[in-house]
Amino acid sequence: MSEVDTGRESLTPEIGYREMEESYDVSHIAHPENDELLTINFGPHHPATHGVLRLLATLEGEFVRDIKPIIGYVHTGIEKTAEDKAYWKAIPVMERMDYLAYYFNAMAYCGAVETILDLEVPPRAQYLRVIHMELNRIMSHLVWLGTTALDLGAISMFWYCFRDREQILDLFEMSSGQRMHTRYFQVGGVFEDIPVGWEEKVRKFVAIMPDRVDQFLALLMKNEIALQRLRNVGGVDEQTLLDLGVTGPLLRATGNPWDLRKAEPYCSYEDFEFRIPVGTTGDNWDRMVVRMMEMKESVRIIDQAMQGLPEGPYITDNRKYALPPRHELATSMEALIHHFKLVTEGFRVPPGEVYYPIESPRGEMGVFLRADGSSKPARVHMRDPSFVNLQAMRPMSKDLYIADFIATLGMLDPVLGGIDR
Amino acid sequence: MEVSRHGLGSGEMQEFRARQMRARDMLRGDLEQAEMEEHVEHSVLTTTLDKVGRWAIGNANFPLSFGLACCAIEWMSHIGPRIDIARFGFEAARATPRQADTIFLSGRISIKMAPVIRRVWEQMLEPRYVIAMGACSSSMGVFNNYALVPGDKFLPVDLHVPGCPPRPESLTHGILKLRAAILSQPTQDWRTRYGGRGTEEVVADLLRENPNAVHDINVSGGGKGQVA
Amino acid sequence: MPDATGLELIAQDLRDAEADSVLDTVYFREQAALLVAPAAVPAVLEHLRGRGYGFLASVHGVDYFPEEPRLGVHYELLDMHEVDRISVRTRVPLADPHVPSVTLAWPTADHQEREVFDMFGVIFDGHPDLRRILMPEDYEGFPQRRDFPMGGEPVLFTHNETQTPAWWE
Repeated sequence: MSEVDTGRESLTPEIGYREMEESYDVSHIAHPENDELLTINFGPHHPATHGVLRLLATLEGEFVRDIKPIIGYVHTGIEKTAEDKAYWKAIPVMERMDYLAYYFNAMAYCGAVETILDLEVPPRAQYLRVIHMELNRIMSHLVWLGTTALDLGAISMFWYCFRDREQILDLFEMSSGQRMHTRYFQVGGVFEDIPVGWEEKVRKFVAIMPDRVDQFLALLMKNEIALQRLRNVGGVDEQTLLDLGVTGPLLRATGNPWDLRKAEPYCSYEDFEFRIPVGTTGDNWDRMVVRMMEMKESVRIIDQAMQGLPEGPYITDNRKYALPPRHELATSMEALIHHFKLVTEGFRVPPGEVYYPIESPRGEMGVFLRADGSSKPARVHMRDPSFVNLQAMRPMSKDLYIADFIATLGMLDPVLGGIDR
Repeated sequence: MEVSRHGLGSGEMQEFRARQMRARDMLRGDLEQAEMEEHVEHSVLTTTLDKVGRWAIGNANFPLSFGLACCAIEWMSHIGPRIDIARFGFEAARATPRQADTIFLSGRISIKMAPVIRRVWEQMLEPRYVIAMGACSSSMGVFNNYALVPGDKFLPVDLHVPGCPPRPESLTHGILKLRAAILSQPTQDWRTRYGGRGTEEVVADLLRENPNAVHDINVSGGGKGQVA
Repeated sequence: MPDATGLELIAQDLRDAEADSVLDTVYFREQAALLVAPAAVPAVLEHLRGRGYGFLASVHGVDYFPEEPRLGVHYELLDMHEVDRISVRTRVPLADPHVPSVTLAWPTADHQEREVFDMFGVIFDGHPDLRRILMPEDYEGFPQRRDFPMGGEPVLFTHNETQTPAWWE
């Protein structure tokens, strides 16, 4: 490090930055022939890491011997920010955590609050939530597919996937006004009812989506290069994944059919009939096909939900927790008082602690909520699936070529917003 | 005829005024042979070259593929088929900063990431532009807490695009505004654009002789002295 | 979830197996939780693994300011075969924030315990690599504690442009 006299003292005068970096111990990688191990740095600014993920890769030639992920480059202090805001106002903050699955963040948070409040969500709101969540699942998998194919070199997949993603974003924009981070889910239901014409658009989308997935599969399934790159690469056995706390498509690719939508149904998922795609070997190929089949199953769920959408209120009637409809404010005094109280201070939640898990596109997303009786949450913690799945990067990338390692990183589907929060 | 020199000012303005004076003289027929040639050389070639350069920069502005958070997903959909900023010349998103022209700060900038961005930006070659996309990079957005820094704190940001994340029309409008600015203004280094004089690298021995030399040394052009 | 009686049975088993481990049981909104002493955490988790709760879903910290003991660590366990969840909670005071690490037995706790250390300052004895994970390495302070200030910068508007120092000054 050049000794530039900047006239300012270092914040850590005892230890320099290089020394801190060198303090990472990679000596546990014992190699019998004592070959040269090279530790290089991937990222955080890197075209192939999905977001600002930094990896210290110990390489031996072209083989990856060890991976040390260093995260925190997009740490936003979401959990701390949420402690400062009322329960209602913390929903947009929580949504921005796992930025590809914003409806799931909102669902987990609202579900946790509703659990503590013991609040009943009307069935129409539950079905609308399911539809939006499954649309978001498809959208998240499309972004994953586009960017992972981009990493593999199949660049045109990026445009196909984003074309379909634009259609879903149009649906979101029609129902809530925003493309991303829509704050559509509220405590007790959804923000407002779907507009006229939305059902038609969803039906049209549902009609074309399975064919699109088939087209994507056809592009990749018979492609010799994709098969060679993905088959039997990066597979880890099921017990290791379970020990590491991995859930979601990564676990299902090994054959374990654990899916919270079927195991612990929430939000009326038990009303729908859908299958859980599982793989056999857990290699990259299985992970890819599992996710693409999940897109198809999500389409089935959306179809069933649209057909069976019940009539009724879209948010709970309990005016202590949900805003009254605007037309009541002109006539009813209680409605005005409730509105005022909810908007200024927010509702109070009795003390309690709950952990509410749901199935997000990447695995088990849970929200731990501690309420202390005031109008602001005392502790909100998101158990993000990508954060825990990232620990599986080490066994998955052992003794892989760098190119295979990049493909495996793509198949892991890390979303740095969720990892760093 | 004498060309009057105006007082202190940046080199660009001085030259411009000098050119103006010479043009007036030429029209009056007062310039001599050598001066006339020099004037023609300067005005026609330089301004035209400059214009061509600006046209090239504005229409082939390669962004740095730099995605931080949610705005990065919206940024990706701009490269996608519906918005397709490749129409405007933002064609190849280079991965290496040395080949990129514009950096899009798309997403929230945490305190851990800020020095990294700074280093990446410093590796970019002039002319370079910074667009702070979204509310988080402009001003910490939804989160005003211990973990974030606004982009203005460590980078000269040329354009702020509001939104969380910005609508595609919003960001496209911003991109086109930047392009219009590039096309219309003379090519300036970021210090002139941003008024960031006084941050130039200094050479230690030169300063030891004459501490006031800091105003004369300018690595990016302009000023009275030039470092060899 | 084990229902209330199931939870009490588990607690009783634990009290028989490890004395003074279970301090309390909480059954709230059909979610079961055991409050254990910090030193007994690995043993309790192993005992519960024996009962079928083989998946550690989450390790996270809580700051119970101003109640003492202030810092809490929660372990969410999941039984995939019976589809059951149970939560193991422990609390440590700020003066002695030590909890034995469970990383060797439950590898998933690696990054999660580092996050609890980073955000709250709970020191996990026996963790192979206890460093900050989300904040920069040389950061001082534990951000998620309730008495840590929210921080933030004054937003740069046009009206306060002259007062807010520019970055090169």
